Amino acid sequence: MSPMLRMEGVTAAYGAVEALKGVSVHVNAGEIVTLIGANGAGKSTLLMTIFGAPRARQGRITFEGRDITSLPMHEIARAGIAQSPEGRRIFPRMTVRENLLMGAQALGVDPAPGLEQAFTLFPRLKEREAQRGGTLSGGEQQMLAIARALMSKPRLLLLDEPSLGLAPLVVRQIFSAIRRLNAETGLTVLLVEQNANQALRLAHRGYVLVTGRITLEGTGAALLARPEVRDAYLGTH
Amino acid sequence: MAYALQQLINGVALGMIYGLIAVGYTMVYGIIGMINFAHGDIFMVGAFISLISFVLISMGGWTAGPGAILLVLLVSMAITALYGWSVERVAYRPLRGSFRLAPLISAIGMSIVLQNYVQVAQGARVKPIEAIITGNLEIWHGNGFAVSISTMQAVIVVVTLAVLAIFTWLVTRTALGRAMRACEQDRKMAGLLGIDTDRTISITFVIGAALASVAGTMYLLRYGVIDFYIGFLAGVKAFTAAVLGGIGSLPGAVLGGLLIGLIETFWSAYFSVEYKDVATFAILVITLIFMPTGLLGRAEVEKV
Repeated sequence: MSPMLRMEGVTAAYGAVEALKGVSVHVNAGEIVTLIGANGAGKSTLLMTIFGAPRARQGRITFEGRDITSLPMHEIARAGIAQSPEGRRIFPRMTVRENLLMGAQALGVDPAPGLEQAFTLFPRLKEREAQRGGTLSGGEQQMLAIARALMSKPRLLLLDEPSLGLAPLVVRQIFSAIRRLNAETGLTVLLVEQNANQALRLAHRGYVLVTGRITLEGTGAALLARPEVRDAYLGTH
Repeated sequence: MAYALQQLINGVALGMIYGLIAVGYTMVYGIIGMINFAHGDIFMVGAFISLISFVLISMGGWTAGPGAILLVLLVSMAITALYGWSVERVAYRPLRGSFRLAPLISAIGMSIVLQNYVQVAQGARVKPIEAIITGNLEIWHGNGFAVSISTMQAVIVVVTLAVLAIFTWLVTRTALGRAMRACEQDRKMAGLLGIDTDRTISITFVIGAALASVAGTMYLLRYGVIDFYIGFLAGVKAFTAAVLGGIGSLPGAVLGGLLIGLIETFWSAYFSVEYKDVATFAILVITLIFMPTGLLGRAEVEKV
């Protein structure tokens, strides 16, 4: 079976600064795949390159067999990929409810089941439904970003550092939500994390990205056992 | 007292027209962060299309009544919207992602193009139209001074309020309005959610131009004469209104328009008609120096 998402030899740059130097990764349907790496390794760039911002300068990106390398951003989203991006990017002057509706409207998806799922997954969002996005706490914004991405019923969810800056309890909540979604709905997830320990425990497979190149790949457990991963990302000296 | 009341009525009617134009400035600024200097000329084009429509209707022998005015409004809105769409498509979209001044310069160019086009196509002379809406309602008589609302002023206020009500509903309650606000707040995120942001920007120009054309029709009906140059002054005043209200804020644009209309009218009534534009632009300068975010604007947070 061919993978759901495949990036082959993808190069991407901001002006003259090359952020991805020939990256090949793939994600199979039903998998949770994590991408770990240090700050500035190019993890967020990789997720944004899937959406064409920045565009891949070389290489090819296919989703469900379809070449999406040069599609406009909104058509990539409409193909069935959603992203909870770096910095969460909640619409600050829209209510929580409006933020969620934004997730569904461009794809013409009925928002009702998505809203219900969002409020079941993160009951806090229900309490804050009429509040402006900009007034939420970091953890609530993260929940909202994930819930908003789920509104379009994507087949592939890209998550950029959902644990960043959040209390351990909230991180656990969010990770368990990801696990449940994967197990119960078969949602495929590509997860970018600095929190390598938890990400690798959650994921079926993982990649290690170092300054724009994939240096290691393997199952979550295998990567956890690698001494270089332990030294560089897990802080177990 | 009666005199002041009369000025208040005059000022509100004038301010409504400025407000309608100002909404177009502030919407475009909100969504792509540029001042569309051709917007005043879009208003002028709207006035001309109304004029042509009125002439065609009277040639067809239709006596001008509310039905005719409504028809002219709709025709003018549709055609002017097409102009607004074209201006964005031709002059601004190719420059998206360019340096910040590029679309601004292009806008000034577009303004000159529209003015010269109308001057060539319609002639440079002032175009008159006979009074279509006449009548006066005397509401108060005091100290030998009659306060009255002309039917025309009433029409301006009613039409503007109706148009603004529909517009507000569109922006706050519909999916399209939500997409517009999303693009205004974070265009890239809107794109990640599958919103066609170029299309949303186009629609913003279309709506702004349609509102300006309503202002153009009202201006034509109110003053009875137009020429190719009316867009400049009205445009700069509406821009002043948008800045005073807080550029980017839709209620601010309407509020700013009303205030500019009132300031101009009262200045003319109590000080000097000759210097009314000076008064208006002094407001622009004072606002920019002491209150750059305007009355209802919010402090700009530089996004990275």
